[in-house]
Amino acid sequence: MTTTTSAAEAVAASLRRMDEVKAGADGLNCILWSDREHALAEARAIDESRAQGPLAGVPFVAKDNIATLHLPTTCGSRILEGYVSPYQATVIRRLREAGAVLVAKTNCDEFAMGSSNEHSAYGPVRNPICPTRVPGGSSGGSAAAVAAGIVRIALGSETGGSVRQPAAFCGVVGVKPTYGRVSRYGLVAFASSLDQVGVFGATVDDAALAMEVIAGRDPLDSTSADVPVPRYRAAADRPLEGLVIGRPKEYFPPSLDPRIAALCDRALDALRAQGATVRDVSLPHTDLAIPVYYIVAPAEASSNLARFDGVRYGLRVTGDGLRGMYEATRSRGFGPEVTRRILLGTYVLSAGYYDAYYKKAQEVRTLIAQDFRTVFGNGVHALFTPTTPTPAFEFGAKADPYEMYLNDIFTATANLAGVPGISVPVGRVDGLPIGGQILAGHFEEMTMFQIAYALERALGAEAHR
Amino acid sequence: MTTLSTPARAVTERYEMVVGLEVHVQLRTRTKAFCCCDTAFGAPPNTNTCPICLALPGTLPLLNAEAVRLAVRAALALGCTVHETSIFARKNYFYPDLPKGYQISQYDRPLATGGRIAIGKNADGTPITIGITRLHMEEDAGKSIHDRYGGATAIDLNRAGVPLIEIVSEPDMRSAREAVAYLKVLKQILEYIDVSDVNMEEGSLRVDANISARLRGETRLGTKTEVKNMNSFSGVERALEAEFVRQCTLLERGEKIHQQTMLWDGARGEVRPARSKEESHDYRYFPEPDLPPLRLDRAWIEQIRAELPELPQARQARFAESYALPAGDIEVLTANAKLADYFESVARQHGDAKSAANWVMGEVLAALNATGQSVEHFAVRPADLAKLLDLVRDGVVSHSAAKQIFAHMAETGDPPQQIAEREGLIQVRDADELARWVDEVLAENPTEAARFKNGEKKLLGVLVGLVMKKSKGRADPRRVNQLLSERGG
Repeated sequence: MTTTTSAAEAVAASLRRMDEVKAGADGLNCILWSDREHALAEARAIDESRAQGPLAGVPFVAKDNIATLHLPTTCGSRILEGYVSPYQATVIRRLREAGAVLVAKTNCDEFAMGSSNEHSAYGPVRNPICPTRVPGGSSGGSAAAVAAGIVRIALGSETGGSVRQPAAFCGVVGVKPTYGRVSRYGLVAFASSLDQVGVFGATVDDAALAMEVIAGRDPLDSTSADVPVPRYRAAADRPLEGLVIGRPKEYFPPSLDPRIAALCDRALDALRAQGATVRDVSLPHTDLAIPVYYIVAPAEASSNLARFDGVRYGLRVTGDGLRGMYEATRSRGFGPEVTRRILLGTYVLSAGYYDAYYKKAQEVRTLIAQDFRTVFGNGVHALFTPTTPTPAFEFGAKADPYEMYLNDIFTATANLAGVPGISVPVGRVDGLPIGGQILAGHFEEMTMFQIAYALERALGAEAHR
Repeated sequence: MTTLSTPARAVTERYEMVVGLEVHVQLRTRTKAFCCCDTAFGAPPNTNTCPICLALPGTLPLLNAEAVRLAVRAALALGCTVHETSIFARKNYFYPDLPKGYQISQYDRPLATGGRIAIGKNADGTPITIGITRLHMEEDAGKSIHDRYGGATAIDLNRAGVPLIEIVSEPDMRSAREAVAYLKVLKQILEYIDVSDVNMEEGSLRVDANISARLRGETRLGTKTEVKNMNSFSGVERALEAEFVRQCTLLERGEKIHQQTMLWDGARGEVRPARSKEESHDYRYFPEPDLPPLRLDRAWIEQIRAELPELPQARQARFAESYALPAGDIEVLTANAKLADYFESVARQHGDAKSAANWVMGEVLAALNATGQSVEHFAVRPADLAKLLDLVRDGVVSHSAAKQIFAHMAETGDPPQQIAEREGLIQVRDADELARWVDEVLAENPTEAARFKNGEKKLLGVLVGLVMKKSKGRADPRRVNQLLSERGG
């Protein structure tokens, strides 16, 4: 991305756009917290210092579960209302050191638990493409901010599709990196073995640029990998000759909306036309991903969210003694979806149930990961699938939690296996954006970007029609 | 040891005590287990804290390599097998002084297992050994202060995240006295290898006990209780005795022991059941996803083993062999590594080990006890003490003068020769001067002199004393003796 305008102009334009699209609670509700004066002052400082960082003067937003100085970090929850972190996440620091300016924190499902952004304590986010519909979740605010043209780069987080799914619903690009590719330091933990910071971009190039800045080993995160970070944007010019792209049959079930299948096959044709070979493949354990995910993720969440106890920070509601305070604080502070998952997670880790649930789920998880290793070990460089089984749905359409969970059916596998994925717009159904997903092997983001660039180039304006 | 009342003794007579101990030891690292905060004891409340040990949202643990090194060192010194792969786990429970709502510990894959230490000898001379089931790493919690602010509990998180090792023994101890012997040996070993302050008063060593009673001759284990809140070795001994009596009394009445946690009340000298809240959590252990498995290179483990200093029992054996000292002396001299080092240094430089031992056990320990100093900061360095002993051996100063010189050395740190000269404590061996003092004493005490010359040999001692007094202790008593004997005819 090249900026010909000053940082101050770019930030001012972003702030103006927030007003134009009504980004606040009276409109899209994608922006939770912003401090205009502070953002503008930071932009002016960048202009004055003539900083030459790769993102000098580029405005960005971050999901509200990523620790930032100055602006609150509430995770979309009442329990952290008013909480301002005294330190900043590694991803925020890296973007700011590259010259980017944080203009706002974005709405999300409470503690990143949800697929529609209806579970935020601060109200749902509206999809900028169709405001009666959800933007997806849990990083719905960040996806909406990019779709509404407020920023070109936004940070989100993924535990089970929380970047790729809203990217698909809002018609933008969304990246979930390899587990360990990006530091989690400062990302408020939901399920530590699945969580990864992800990025949204208006284009593949925006996302690739942001990834170049945030990726890489962080001594503050023991699970971050010491693997060199390539220049992802160099993937833009690489032809697809010699690449084998797998089309996993489990991701194209007979029940899949034929219009979505057709858009995906159009995308595959476009890739074939650019020199790639498409091969039918199978990942036989795919249907186990949702049950496994809904054991592993709540189990870890039940432990990760124990720190919100009313003792040191955030909400405290007094009750009868210590136990009463815990109960009152957590009952009042957490919404129903978070409460449901804490209860579920506490249950599956309990003595007598651990082996049947958590341990078994971890074993099945290795089978899901093995599916990917097998496919990628047999000459397939990447997989192409629909990102979601449906386009963005109406508010309240998925009242049954299990039906909501099934929306992550094509995305949760990558989190369980730790592999990277990207969602790229491939067209529309009834005017609603549809995303195509590219999955690659561990630390093979370069291949993933290579295909994403090619697809974006090939589809052109068709991707948004 | 508590003396049991007669009825209590009768009750316990038919039973055997079975004890296993869980010992928590704070490792002496500069920084905490999972962040860079200072571990110093006694800082103002909540000053040694940071976003990580306060469990602020988004923070992650970072394993302290020095804590791992010290834990491995301890495991090897206790004869454990250190595993190349161990796994951190979360122990989940809510308490205000546990900031994350879970403690990072190790569960089914501990750092080390299967050790054994000798704690003494049976009457028949066979060694009493206690098995170590496991040694794992974990982090300490903060402190809850319930009694300082009316109606409120204060939390100090300075201790939260301080590295600990938990050492779990086999149920191999058969008396409270054995339990204390085990603790003393454990403490001594940990002191020798310099991994902890092992100070029960400051809480750097904490003990919980599992205890059960069974009829003598029975091989199966009885139902155990866990005894907590013991904060001294004597507390451990008294608490175990009290709990044993309680269990035996119940068994004798045909009642069952409930598996429960008992708290020791040292002031009242009794154990009472913990409130149900203080026991039986379901900790919901699962592998800590924020830390990869701890992988240790076998060669690195062997290097830590090679770096271990001589352990107490090896040192005791060597002292017996090299210095031919009595067992009692060896026990005193090897109580801690620093004292043993001090003794060895004096003995090596002076040459006469028994004389070195006597001085170290006598004058040195008395001076240290009087001032509360530790031996490594003691003003009298081993080389100077060795020189002082040389002066005594060579007759340059008398034994009594040496004690005066030592007192000056302890105060000033000056070398003994210099003090002896300054204070005029060099023994006078000049024949003329000695003869003059002897003659003066005989002249000044005519009655005693006459009786002595008439053959009352027992007056020799009195007269030698008078000469020594006149010489202000500088006369060589052997020569004075000789001169007086000559004049006694």
